[in-house]
Amino acid sequence: MFEIFASLKLALDLMANGNAEFVRVVALSLELSLAAAVLGSAIGLPLGAIVAIGRFPGRRSLIVALNALLGLPSVVVGLVVYLMLSRAGPLGSWGLLFTPGAIVIAQTVLVIPIVAALARQVVEDAWNEYAEQLRSLGVGTGRAVRTLLWDTRFSLLTVALAGFGRAASEVGAVMIVGGNIDGVTRVMTTAIALETSKGDLPLALALGIVLILVVLAVNAGAYAIREWSAIRHG
Amino acid sequence: MAERPAALLRARDLTVVLGGVTVLDRLSLEILPGLRTVVLGANGAGKSVTLRALHGLVPPASGTVEWQGGRAPRQAMVFQRPVMLRRSALANVAYGLAVNGVDGEARDRRAREAIAKVGLEAIAHRPARVLSGGEQQRLALARAWALEPAILFLDEPTASLDPGAAGEVERIVAAIAAEGKRIVMTTHNLGQARRLADEIVFIHQGRVAEQTPADRFFAEPQSQHARAFLKGELPWT
Repeated sequence: MFEIFASLKLALDLMANGNAEFVRVVALSLELSLAAAVLGSAIGLPLGAIVAIGRFPGRRSLIVALNALLGLPSVVVGLVVYLMLSRAGPLGSWGLLFTPGAIVIAQTVLVIPIVAALARQVVEDAWNEYAEQLRSLGVGTGRAVRTLLWDTRFSLLTVALAGFGRAASEVGAVMIVGGNIDGVTRVMTTAIALETSKGDLPLALALGIVLILVVLAVNAGAYAIREWSAIRHG
Repeated sequence: MAERPAALLRARDLTVVLGGVTVLDRLSLEILPGLRTVVLGANGAGKSVTLRALHGLVPPASGTVEWQGGRAPRQAMVFQRPVMLRRSALANVAYGLAVNGVDGEARDRRAREAIAKVGLEAIAHRPARVLSGGEQQRLALARAWALEPAILFLDEPTASLDPGAAGEVERIVAAIAAEGKRIVMTTHNLGQARRLADEIVFIHQGRVAEQTPADRFFAEPQSQHARAFLKGELPWT
């Protein structure tokens, strides 16, 4: 019990005083997770929408593959990205292994399936409502995808934030491809893992508390935006 | 006897099967230019599916829909429950125009004109989905009207509206018809059918039981099914 209070106190101290290293780890975490959420959404949202309303050969297989990817252990993703980016790998010439870029790639790969699967559900529901009207107006599949992505934008923001949450809470893949290098690729989750194994539980818990607060704030923001949009736009 | 004008639209032996149920059963129908047609029939007779099949939203299992000149003219449809996009009322009308290749200044002008014609200028910039049901249906009519369709299908456009809003919709439909647009509409409201129809198409079990000029239909329906329908329905109009 004592340790939890000590950690809380330390967490508050760290946040209040802006310890440089602490701030750097938190900032890097947010930065990389945000980049992965943006990239993953840029790919995952249209992918989900196309799967939702497109009718093309291989659609069912794609749905099964996307759903299977949802349950993919992140260390496996980390391993695959590691192999791709390693010197001998096909993308070895990029020299990205153990850089923040590698972390963003691994996180993006993890974000895409969750964003695509959630977006598919959102867009499919909207399509059930819109399909006849859009077809009556003469809207083709391409424009329908764009129209539905725009019309469900507030729900999709929540989807993108779910992707952000996935990226921010990711540890296994990030550890493998980033290497948890102090000052370069050390993020909140890998720092927590390291401090825990070193026995510095107060610092680990403090970082954990910050992580929880970040995820909480993001979700509160998403909820507020949805509420507002429901009132404003119906 | 005067020569009959060429049909704008001719459906031959249309059969539509939905979920294993035959909804339209070799339905044949001619839509002549210049009239307002109201499609009547009991629930489940196939009125809505008839409109959808003619409009091209439901593919027939067999049979054909032929348009005058071999090519479908510009057409539009207004549904019982209007589907509004999450943008302003004006932008909803502009969207329909954009989809149909109208761009720039012309799109803007036609959207504004259509909004004005249904009396919604004052709320043109309000988000469409927060408008009332009646306003949304008028907006749906504006969106369809802006497209300048040769034929406008309306599927029970007033079924979800209160009498005031329904009256507005009727007025707009009459105005669209007065511009020479062909109106084909379903309704459950026989009073509305009397007010709007030049001719009645009565559908029974997926087939056209009769197609009769409106005044004659209400005075002496030709088919036994229509007689039974009017008998059962009239006390509530």
